[in-house]
Amino acid sequence: MSALSEKLYARRRFKNAVALSLSFAATVFGLFWLVWILWTAFSNGVAALKPSLFTQMTPPPGSDGGLLNAFFGSLMMSLLAVVIGTPIGIAAGTYLAEYARKSAIGETIRFVNDILLSAPSIVLGLFVYTLVVRQMGHFSGLAGGIALALIILPVVVRTTDEMLQLVPSQMREAALSLGVPQWKVTVQVLYRSAMSGILTGVLLGLARISGETAPLLFTALNNQYWSSDMLQPMASVPVVIFQYAMSPYDSWHSLAWAGAFMVTVFVLLLSLVSRAIILRKKVHND
Amino acid sequence: MSSDSLVSSSTAPTASAQNARAGRDARTDTIFRTVVTIAGWFVLITLLGAAFSMLWGGREAFSTFGWQFLTSTEWDPVNHKFGAFVPIYGTLVTALIAMLIAVPVSFGIAIFLTEVAPNWMRGPVAAAIELLAGIPSIIYGMWGLFVFVPFMAEHVIPWLNANLGQWPVIGALFRGPPLGMGMLTAGIVLAIMVIPFVSSVMRDVFLTVPVRLKESAYALGGTTWEVVWDIVLPFTRSAVIGGVFLGLGRALGETMAVTFVLGNSHLLSASLLQPGNSIAATIANEFTEADSDIYLSSLIALGFLLFVVTFIVLAIAKLMLKRLAMREGN
Repeated sequence: MSALSEKLYARRRFKNAVALSLSFAATVFGLFWLVWILWTAFSNGVAALKPSLFTQMTPPPGSDGGLLNAFFGSLMMSLLAVVIGTPIGIAAGTYLAEYARKSAIGETIRFVNDILLSAPSIVLGLFVYTLVVRQMGHFSGLAGGIALALIILPVVVRTTDEMLQLVPSQMREAALSLGVPQWKVTVQVLYRSAMSGILTGVLLGLARISGETAPLLFTALNNQYWSSDMLQPMASVPVVIFQYAMSPYDSWHSLAWAGAFMVTVFVLLLSLVSRAIILRKKVHND
Repeated sequence: MSSDSLVSSSTAPTASAQNARAGRDARTDTIFRTVVTIAGWFVLITLLGAAFSMLWGGREAFSTFGWQFLTSTEWDPVNHKFGAFVPIYGTLVTALIAMLIAVPVSFGIAIFLTEVAPNWMRGPVAAAIELLAGIPSIIYGMWGLFVFVPFMAEHVIPWLNANLGQWPVIGALFRGPPLGMGMLTAGIVLAIMVIPFVSSVMRDVFLTVPVRLKESAYALGGTTWEVVWDIVLPFTRSAVIGGVFLGLGRALGETMAVTFVLGNSHLLSASLLQPGNSIAATIANEFTEADSDIYLSSLIALGFLLFVVTFIVLAIAKLMLKRLAMREGN
C-alpha cells in the first residue's frame, strides 16, 4: 500500500517537473524570437545607416538615395492622424466615462470600440478608400492621415475612458458643490488629473500607426518624389519598406533595412517613454 | 430679472450678471454634452460605416458570383472570374497553425510568469514578451522574408520532407519543394505575433484567481501543476477562451507579415509547404493593380468577409472575457 502511494507520489512529482520545465521552455521560446527579430532589424539596419538617408529622396530602381520624402510623409500623416484622432477620442472617452458610464448605449459603444481596437487595420484602410479616395478620385496624404486617425481613435477612447473612471468621484462632487458647471469640472479638474494617462494613450496610438502599412496602401499610396501637398499621393516609411523589400535590388533592400531600423527604434522609444510616464505617475501617487 | 432691477438698484447688476452667467454655463454645458455625445456615437458609426461601405463596394462581386464567390477556386483577373476559396482557405489554415503553436506556448509563458518564476524575474520577462507585440508587423515581414524563409528552406523543410512527408495520410501536408514560403512559414510567423496577446490575457486572468483557493489546494498536497490544471484553469476557463479568440482575431486579420512570407499564389495546394494566399495578403498585394470594377469589387468583398469573420471572433472573445469579470464582481 505504501509502496503504491510512493509510486503515485513519484509520478505526480515527475508530471509536475515536466510541466514546469515545459513552461520554462515556452518562455525561452518566446524570448528567442524576440532576440532573433530585434537582432536582425538592428544588425541589418545599422549597417545600412548613412547620412544621405535624411538628405536624399527615394531613388529609382537600382540606384542610391535616401528616405527623406518618406520620413516627411510619415511625419505629416501621423501628425494629421493625431490632430484628428486625439480630440475625437478624448471627447468620446469623456462621453463614456462621464455621461454614459453604466448605460446600455455606453456599454455598446465600449464594446464596439474594443472591437475596433483589435480589428484588422486593412479593413479600416478599405473603409477610408471608399469614403475618401473614391470621392476625391485619387489617392492622397489626407486619406492616409484619416485612415491612421481611425487607428489611433479607439486607443485614445479607451485610455481616456479608463483614466477618467479612475478619478475619484469626491473630486467631481467637490468641484460641482462649489457651483462649477460640469463642463468646467471635466476640462479643468478631471482632465488635469487624468492627463498623464491620456497622454500615454496618445503615445501608444502613435506607436501603433508609425509601423502601420496596410491601410496606407489604399489611401496615401506612395510617391517617389518630394511632396508636401496633402491632397496628392504621399510616400511613407512603411510603404516604402514594403515596396523596396519586395524588390530584387540590393540597394533598395539596404534602404528598406534602414527604414525598418528607424521605425523599430522609434516604436521602442515611444513604448519606453509611455512606460516611464505611467511609472512616474505611480510613484507620484504613492 | 426686470422686477429684480426695480426693487434694488445696488444688487440688481450682480443678480442679473449671476443669472446671465448661470444661463451661459447651462448653455455651454449643453454644448459640451452634445459634442462629447456626438464623438461617442462617432465610434459606433465608424464601425457601421466600415461594414456598410465594404458591403456596398463588394455588391458587384456578390451579385455577379453569388455563393460561388465563396466556393470557387478560380481567381482570374484576365477573364474577370473571381472566387475567394483559396484566400479564405489560406486565412483559416495559417490562423489554425498559428493558434496550434501559440496557445500551448502562451499557456506555458503564463504559468511561468504566475507560478514558477521568482518574483524579481516576472516583471522584466513579462515586459520583454509584451515587446513582441510592439514590433510593427512590417518588421516581422522583413525578418520573415530575408531571414526566416531561407532558414525554413535550408533546414526545416528538407527535414520535414524526409520525415513527416513519408508518413501516410498527413504526409501530403509536408511534401513539396523547399521554397521556404508557404502556409507553414506564415503560420509560425503569425504564432510569434499572437503569443504576446494571448499570454498577457492568460497571465492577467491567472492573477485574478483568489489566493485562498490556490493555498487550499496546496495545503491538500497538490503540486504546482495540479493547482494550475485543476484550480486555476477551471476558475478562469471562459477568460482563457476569450484570450485565445482575441489572438485568433489578430491572426485572421494580420496583413503585412503574412504578405511577405505566404508567396501570393492562387493555386490551391494540399501541402503546407507550398505558397498560398490569405484574404488580407490578396487585398494588400493586388489592390493597386485592380484594373477593372469587378476586380476591385471582388477585393472589397474579400475585405467585407474578413471584417465579418473577425467581428464575430472578437465579439466572442469580449463576451468570454466579460463572463469572468462579471463573476469577479459578484
